Amino acid sequence: MVENAIAVTPAQAAASRLKQRYAAETRFKFLGISAIVLSLSFLALLLVTILSNGLTAFVQTSIRVDITLDAETLGIDPVKPSADALSSANYGQVIKNAMYKAFPAVESRPELRQLAAMVSSGADVGLRKMLVANPSLLGTTQSVWLVADDDVDMAMKGHITRKAGAEGSRLTDAQLGWLDELEARGNVAKRFNTALFTVGDSREPEQAGLWGAVVGSFFSLSITLLVCFPLGVATAVYLEEYAPKNRWTDLIEVNINNLAAVPSVVFGLLGLAIFLNFFGFPRSAPLVGGLVLALISLPTIIIAARAAMKAVPPSIREAALGLGASKLQMVTDHVLPLSMPGILTGTILGMAHALGETAPLLMIGMVAFIVDIPASPLDPAAVLPVQVYLWADSPERAFVERTSAAIMVLLFFLATMNLAAIFLRKKFERRW
Amino acid sequence: MNAIPVTQPSLSKVSARDVNVYYGQKHALKHVDLDIRPNDVTALIGPSGCGKSTFLRCINRMNDLIDNAQVTGLLTLDGDDVYDRNIDVVQLRARVGMVFQKPNPFPKSIYDNVAYGPRIHGMARDQAELDEIVMGSLEKAGLLAEVKDRLEETGTGLSGGQQQRLCIARAIAVAPEVILMDEPCSALDPIATAKVEELIDELRENFTIVIVTHSMQQAARVSQRTAFFHLGELVEVGDTEQIFTNPQHPLTQGYITGRFG
Ligand SMILES: Nc1ncnc2c1ncn2[C@@H]1O[C@H](COP(=O)(O)OP(=O)(O)OP(=O)(O)O)[C@@H](O)[C@H]1O
Ligand SMILES: [Mg+2]
Repeated sequence: MVENAIAVTPAQAAASRLKQRYAAETRFKFLGISAIVLSLSFLALLLVTILSNGLTAFVQTSIRVDITLDAETLGIDPVKPSADALSSANYGQVIKNAMYKAFPAVESRPELRQLAAMVSSGADVGLRKMLVANPSLLGTTQSVWLVADDDVDMAMKGHITRKAGAEGSRLTDAQLGWLDELEARGNVAKRFNTALFTVGDSREPEQAGLWGAVVGSFFSLSITLLVCFPLGVATAVYLEEYAPKNRWTDLIEVNINNLAAVPSVVFGLLGLAIFLNFFGFPRSAPLVGGLVLALISLPTIIIAARAAMKAVPPSIREAALGLGASKLQMVTDHVLPLSMPGILTGTILGMAHALGETAPLLMIGMVAFIVDIPASPLDPAAVLPVQVYLWADSPERAFVERTSAAIMVLLFFLATMNLAAIFLRKKFERRW
Repeated sequence: MNAIPVTQPSLSKVSARDVNVYYGQKHALKHVDLDIRPNDVTALIGPSGCGKSTFLRCINRMNDLIDNAQVTGLLTLDGDDVYDRNIDVVQLRARVGMVFQKPNPFPKSIYDNVAYGPRIHGMARDQAELDEIVMGSLEKAGLLAEVKDRLEETGTGLSGGQQQRLCIARAIAVAPEVILMDEPCSALDPIATAKVEELIDELRENFTIVIVTHSMQQAARVSQRTAFFHLGELVEVGDTEQIFTNPQHPLTQGYITGRFG
């Protein structure tokens, strides 16, 4: 380049510079596209893993048996069945008897035990509900679908092998034989897993549901929203429209931005110290979870609201003030309505962030094993991400697919919230 | 209520005595004495940055919005000190309306744009009265014929000239005594400008108007009085005719003949 520079005419030099520029541009574009492709493939990998692991969790293996609701076995007075007796009756025994009847050839005690273990130990719950709802079934024989044990479920779904004698099978050869037999009779089926969306957590994977966590998340986020939104918007309005621009407000601004970057687990410790230890709020309650999440989302909402209010042109403010509107009227009549889409978008994103938070909730004891579905924000509850954490920690194979299912449900809510934010932004996008 | 140090009290609607404005260290307006007569159009002219807008914004205290702006001196409206502690800015701005350089209708319906002022000041007792105010203002602003079929459409959807007349309608809907206009036609084409100028002339009947303009022709066409500012100082003020035909100060003469500016 240097030695023949003298010989190069300006036009040639320009042409070569142009070439270099195009080359640089092409390189840059290529880098950008590869970055996108890379991140998209990671996303695809993640989704494929979750889907392939978890889709099967939405169905659940059930076994059909003819159950004789014998009053004597159940321990209920057949003439006048009291509600108490109905709900505390020995349903496990009638289920066992029904299983024994389905395979009359089985006689040895250990085999009988294995046979009874093919249905879930929690299967009696459904039966009890049925009889409590309709006591006239007492004494009749009903054909009932019972939830199968998780090992049977896993075998049916192909997650564990069904080859007799194979290593790693959690079912005995006898059980596998009965399963084949049941299948041949058409008495095994995979049906939609309603338990997943109706009940709370359980030690038995086949009985474990997400609903408690969904409700817990809902209560927590409601508290978060109730605290965060008014507080965040009021703060933003004050800082943006009222506060004098001086060193103090600069300091506050810097601190809000810093708060947004504080690791969330620190907020969890703060919540533990303040809400639990000082105020004595109940442990594991969505109330406390919501308050902690509010601390986390508040800076996000304040920053988003301020940005949205900054985007309202000063000419609108001048117009309102010039007409004799007070500052508050200017804010409520013009600035807030015009910035509301932006504020809501920021709020939704803040909420989505809060929905996915796990660590701070562990700090305030929301990691407890809770079966009951919370009826109020004061009841102990789990939340979705913590449920994922809990299930992911469980050794049973059936919890692996449930973990993925819980992640899917969580992602579904997150995606819905993000879509709502995008929709709001698009719908109310304004140009001045 | 200070004593009014004006020479001809009955003749001035707004009067400034030794008004100074500082933006931080910058002395933007220096010792301005100016009387604005009622039902006159007073034009403020002068090179860019000479303080015309600054003076205008003193009158309705829009300078209050600028953090580092400081106003000294005496500015009165009908003899009342505008910067008196007891003066309510909100009421002052209802008495002194403003039209801005760039049309700035609210992103609301045409009707709501005009109705906003009367609503916040509680000027209408019922819907019928409000309708009357809105229609009357649009009529006076010469916009009614063009928009009467689409009052519910948004004000930002109008053309630039229509938007500016909407802003004028919005300003006069609160029945101010003085209307301040800061280069109201700078964003408009000649036809829209002509319409607004015509309007200004009609409005003179009911309002006192102060207008900032960069167009000598416009100042000559619409105003009765003209004030020439230069580097923050009021150089010369007089009847428009006299300023344009027989300026007393060489700076004024230089400016209006276009020798500098
Ligand atoms: N907010 C502000 N902060 C600091 N200085 C300002 C501010 N507003 C105006 N100034 C200064 O005050 C002086 C007068 O400004 P002003 O806007 O009144 O001028 P103008 O005569 O209206 O000019 P133009 O014709 O360009 O609108 C200018 O030198 C300007 O730089
Ligand atoms: Mg100006």
